[in-house]
Amino acid sequence: MKKYRRISEKVAVGILFSSSTVTTITVLFIILFLFREGLGIFNSRPVENNYEIVVNQDNPINQLSARHLKDIFNQDITNWKTLGGNNDSIILLTISEIGNYYSEEELGANFEYLPQRINDFVQQHTGVFAYISKAYITGNFRWKIIPVHKISVGEFLTGQQWYPTASPVALYGVLPLILGTLWVTLGAIALALPIGLVTAIYMAEVAGNRFRNILKPVIELLSGIPSVVYGFFGLVVLVPLIQKTFNLPVGETALAGSVILAIMALPTIITITEDALRTTPVSLKEASLALGASKWQTIRRVIIPHSISGITAAAILGIGRAVGETMAVLMVTGNASVIPSSFLQPVRTIPATIAAELGEAPFGSTHFKALFALGIILFIITFVFNSLVELVKAKR
Amino acid sequence: MTKKQLTQAIAFNTFRIISLMVVAVLFIILGFIVIHGISAVNWTFLTSMPKEGMTEGGILPAIVGTLCLVAGSMIFAFPVGVLSGIYINEYLRETFLKKFMRSMTNNLAGIPSIVFGLFGMALFVNTLKFGDSIIAGSLTLGLMVLPVIIRTTEEALKSVDDGLRIGSYALGATKLYTVRKVVLPVAFPNILTGLILSIGRVSGETAPILFTVAAYFLPRLPHSIFDQVMALPYHLYVLTTSGTNIEKSRPMAYGTALVLIAMVLIANLSVNFIRSYRSRKK
Repeated sequence: MKKYRRISEKVAVGILFSSSTVTTITVLFIILFLFREGLGIFNSRPVENNYEIVVNQDNPINQLSARHLKDIFNQDITNWKTLGGNNDSIILLTISEIGNYYSEEELGANFEYLPQRINDFVQQHTGVFAYISKAYITGNFRWKIIPVHKISVGEFLTGQQWYPTASPVALYGVLPLILGTLWVTLGAIALALPIGLVTAIYMAEVAGNRFRNILKPVIELLSGIPSVVYGFFGLVVLVPLIQKTFNLPVGETALAGSVILAIMALPTIITITEDALRTTPVSLKEASLALGASKWQTIRRVIIPHSISGITAAAILGIGRAVGETMAVLMVTGNASVIPSSFLQPVRTIPATIAAELGEAPFGSTHFKALFALGIILFIITFVFNSLVELVKAKR
Repeated sequence: MTKKQLTQAIAFNTFRIISLMVVAVLFIILGFIVIHGISAVNWTFLTSMPKEGMTEGGILPAIVGTLCLVAGSMIFAFPVGVLSGIYINEYLRETFLKKFMRSMTNNLAGIPSIVFGLFGMALFVNTLKFGDSIIAGSLTLGLMVLPVIIRTTEEALKSVDDGLRIGSYALGATKLYTVRKVVLPVAFPNILTGLILSIGRVSGETAPILFTVAAYFLPRLPHSIFDQVMALPYHLYVLTTSGTNIEKSRPMAYGTALVLIAMVLIANLSVNFIRSYRSRKK
């Protein structure tokens, strides 16, 4: 009997222990999978893998950035001089255009002369810029291949254009998305922090029990409303309101995102700030009041300074929450991937980009990897903010 | 009235107005959805399939889908969460391991929901080959609310009087027996609040189910755990942003939002009921 008991105790403890390892394993797995999929972006090229850029052998240009390639394809750059080459206009050549220069006989019934014709064309025209499949590049021809480099970490983080589905050259610059995320978040905190702080002080120090009993469930409900419902409300009420008030072409703006995020961040900020205010020792409060300070002076000079670290933690946690918010932001910010300069223009955030694009990115494609890399950035940002909160708490 | 009192009066009245604004915001949002949604919600709406490109009919598949996801995620997360809460609170002394597990719980709680979506897609959908399915979505959601359940379990266990434990040991009970027969029954109602809160959260989350389970339009009920389903929050998103006729499906959207809000309200009310019932019993 005793022996059986001891075994069952051991088994139970084993089960309990293994359950408690789930969180740790999950965190590790999340890191593992994000990095496994996301780091692949730095192993991919911004153009199709089996295509090359080919120019005339006398062209002095040896390197072109992804952005230049895109400008050439869009015909925003039409002369080699712009890129530091000769004064020679660029002749774009892709497979679909080869028929404009050669008849069907010249290309052969089964396109068997196609590589030869491409070769002739590239040799005859000094300004050619050909984008062709590697299959047509055979050994003994005279031309120059412009190498297309893999996407670098620097390019990815500081690139100012996000055109992940552009063809033939996709651009993966996440700077506008990072800045858009921070822009909307900081706007939200600028709104939510003063309001949340004031409400928390009122709840903790001034309000009577009756009002507190109204406020508590209100805050719980605010934090319980799903993100998508906030987005819906923002879309049908706030967005038209902003459009009318500021006389804008569209109401989907950074401001709409910030206001909705501010409402969503309020519960976090209020709850944590209130807890922090309550940690002030009664003796301190009473000493202040006994010296003839008013209640308001006590709050300003004693209670707030005493709980400043808790208030900081609330602000940081609020930022951490807001950065990762997806659906509400996706629905109201308009999602234009530009570097933000005002609150009255559409912006695009990292979570909204992932949510909007992952469904359309083919599994394992460069675009798919880029979205996972965005996930890594988001994970790192929130991890930093959470660690800061832990630090501030530990200090106390 | 001295200057001191005047400043205080001005400050406190401003504070009151701002606090009332926070209350007003909630009532504006709730009122807006209830007023517009109440006309759309009726028995037919709750029990029929969507028709005419989701501009008519009901939201039955979305309701059933959300219920499936709630059930699936809780079957996984509730036992695991409660057991780890018990282990951390009852079996671990203040050691490095306890600190470490707590900080991991906090880390998991801080990870944005969309990152869970990415992770669920990479692990459950692609690596484990579940495809877009109830099981993939449920596991993703379950892992997401695990911290909530662990934390409430810990809090609930902490509030159990140590005298009860000591008394049980004094009578010769083992640790396991004490936890099972003495501590858990006392803490259980509070543990239940964690379950209810998680249900509220799971039913409203969109980002984690986008790429793991949610179907844009699937007018039938699921047959197995490897089926895709519609879900209320995703349905609301679809109706308002990418439906076939956004203007015409507006009433449907209000109705869906109202059903979602109602779920959260019911969850919150029952939690508050349990809490107040407990405090009155004491």
